[in-house]
Amino acid sequence: MNIETSEQGGSVVVALAGEVDLQHSPKLRKVLMELMLERRPVIVDMAGVAYIDSSGIAGLVEAYQMARRQAGRFTLAAVSQPAMRVLQLARLDKVFAIADTVAAALGSV
Amino acid sequence: MTTLDRRFPARPERLCDIRHAVAEAVGAVGCPQPVIGDVVLAVDEACQNIIRHAYRGADGDIVVQVAAEADRLVIQLIDFAPPVDVAKICPRPLDELRPGGLGTHFINSVMDEIDFLPPPDGAGNLLRMVKHFGDGQ
Repeated sequence: MNIETSEQGGSVVVALAGEVDLQHSPKLRKVLMELMLERRPVIVDMAGVAYIDSSGIAGLVEAYQMARRQAGRFTLAAVSQPAMRVLQLARLDKVFAIADTVAAALGSV
Repeated sequence: MTTLDRRFPARPERLCDIRHAVAEAVGAVGCPQPVIGDVVLAVDEACQNIIRHAYRGADGDIVVQVAAEADRLVIQLIDFAPPVDVAKICPRPLDELRPGGLGTHFINSVMDEIDFLPPPDGAGNLLRMVKHFGDGQ
């Protein structure tokens, strides 16, 4: 798994790539929780996610919940097909704010 | 026809190896990509459960077996941890939005049969999962 963060249009874009599994999900959680504590609008670019499991989804849910408590913004963008399949299985595709592209997510912030 | 019968250390950093071995084995019998993805997810989640709830952080192994029978795949996961209380294994309701507890739901969603069977001598648990991959699956 690779995580790259960048500042774009007042938001922090977290670009995830590779396989987000039990080995790597603690790192994702740490990155997202730190950004949430800073109360930054976060867009998670999931275009490069080849695989994500329940532990990775848990990190996204935790960040989403924290953003919601803070009235903050937490958006998933460009969700890859494998990641969307898992979100749909968890019925979270109707819970998260999901944008087709990072540009679209930036436009909605 | 057995396409995979391999022992792996039950450690998070070996889940990647397990996933890739299962994907290769399932792909070798001609299963379409969606089936491969679902089976890989189920095996990964089941192995996570073994690592976290059966071995509880202790060292151990998982034997991963994949067999193709006509239009179905039979996957068996054997561990050597103390027997788990099957009655305590249940998915959480999806209308509760909380971070954990989705793994068992994923397994139940993508596999057609899930059973804990009597393990072979010397083993602790045997999880058997079946996935049909014929037309319309």
